[in-house]
Amino acid sequence: MSAAGATAPLLPMLLAQTRSELTMRWRVAAFSLTSLLLPIVFFTFFGLPFARQTFPNGVSVGAYLLASFAAYAVGNVMVYGFGIGVAVERGQKVDVLLRATPLPPAVAITAKVLNALIFSFLSITALIIYGVLVGGVQQSVAVWANVVVRLLIGSLPFVGLGFAIGYSVGPNAAPAVANLVYLPLAFASGLFMPVSQLPGFVQKVAPYLPAYHYGQLAWSAVGAPAEPLLTSLAWLAGYTVVFMAIALRAYRREESRKFG
Amino acid sequence: MSPVRERSPVVELRGVTKRYGPVEAVRGIDLAIEPGEVVAMLGPNGAGKTTSVGLMLGLRTPTSGNVCLFGLPPTDRRARSRAGVMLQESGTTGVLTPRELVALFGTYYPAPMPSERALALAGLTDQADARIGTLSGGQRQRLYFALAICGDPDALFLDEPTVAMDVEARRAFAASIHTLAAGGKTVVFTTHYLREAEELARRIVVIDHGVVIADAAPRDLMARVAAKRVAFRTPAPLPAAAFDGLAVTALDTADGHVRFLSNEPESVLRALFQRGIEMRELEVVGADLEEAFLSLTRRGQAA
Repeated sequence: MSAAGATAPLLPMLLAQTRSELTMRWRVAAFSLTSLLLPIVFFTFFGLPFARQTFPNGVSVGAYLLASFAAYAVGNVMVYGFGIGVAVERGQKVDVLLRATPLPPAVAITAKVLNALIFSFLSITALIIYGVLVGGVQQSVAVWANVVVRLLIGSLPFVGLGFAIGYSVGPNAAPAVANLVYLPLAFASGLFMPVSQLPGFVQKVAPYLPAYHYGQLAWSAVGAPAEPLLTSLAWLAGYTVVFMAIALRAYRREESRKFG
Repeated sequence: MSPVRERSPVVELRGVTKRYGPVEAVRGIDLAIEPGEVVAMLGPNGAGKTTSVGLMLGLRTPTSGNVCLFGLPPTDRRARSRAGVMLQESGTTGVLTPRELVALFGTYYPAPMPSERALALAGLTDQADARIGTLSGGQRQRLYFALAICGDPDALFLDEPTVAMDVEARRAFAASIHTLAAGGKTVVFTTHYLREAEELARRIVVIDHGVVIADAAPRDLMARVAAKRVAFRTPAPLPAAAFDGLAVTALDTADGHVRFLSNEPESVLRALFQRGIEMRELEVVGADLEEAFLSLTRRGQAA
């Protein structure tokens, strides 16, 4: 029996919620395996054959490609995790169940973001260890740490993109939409192969894409020539605002339909 | 922040209406539920029961009128921290176990009961470590009940709690409600089974077409509900005046087929015999719930 006016402390609630999100994601093999293994598989196909080469400017091709696939990996976790995850939970009406509890929506969303950051961290750490051990890519620990930190902080537009998909489409359409949006985006932004090797018209479009500027954060961290950091951060901030606005609009529409 | 009042009704609805586009689901409800009451919201499908519960919990915003939960706006976290909820239209992820989910929900509330106890009260101890996705419909319903009580809330709101339950589960559920009520909890549940309302509740609120048409203790309500349906044929159509002064409702005398509802069919029939009315194919059967509601509605209009 609780005293009038009492509420549960938020920090233990957030920790329990995050832990439970992690357990859930871990047990959904379709998510945990794609998040953790797909970047390694792609790097094996597209990166490993060139991993020990060096660009004319002296930058390690292996390091460049590891940085690219690390960027791909984090975007992957965000777009699929939130896009499909939120759509599926809406389909299962988990939102209705939680809505009537004293769990503040901000705690639920923070737990989801923390969970995605932890998965992203695991995913790129596994990828980098694989690249170093199997591909013989050599960079200092400080460089790798910089790649990881930059990619985690810069992932915000993809959080927004994931939420925008998750709140806009149903659970059945979400995987297709996430694929249709994210795979071409990652490809055209040079995350699978350097932009200079993409078809001409794609090279023209690339500098306007969020994943292109996201890639810059990782490429400049391994010493490759890149757009000025502030320019890329500004693009990423702009895309964050746009995607979050789309997500918020879809969320509000759903709110008024379900809970109006 | 609104001040917290210690002595206020658990729920208070004042002049509440709710419209979904052209549909008026709730057409003006005034209702106060006091601490410790066990209240059944009874009504046919589409009567506005679920909407009423949604309004009480802040899941729906009233079109007009005012709703308080523990003297607070129902969306206030302090109010929600004292309410346990089981909804018809909700779901959960299949990959956790009941034990994990109940423990998680416990952290949402200020003074939860041990997860073990919530699982035991819900009759889910044996399935506590199975994946939720493998549970049957009835077991899932018990899980939602466990989630509703795990915060040891002062009040429970249960929307059609027994809908997917088998006979045994219903009996266990009834026992749990009695236990909780004996412990001083307020329980509000919706049902469209008159029997269930009568067995479990100490107060029955009958809702039809978005208004409260009766609000009484079960015994008083049963006395008012027409329990029998009477039907017979007559050689010639009867004038309605033949029934003057008799305790009948929902009277229909078209084409020589006579039908009505009554609580005292024996005395009505005796009076009709005495009035010399000739009957063929006489039938007296228990009225179903729809018909019982119909008689309440008619009375409401006549009053």
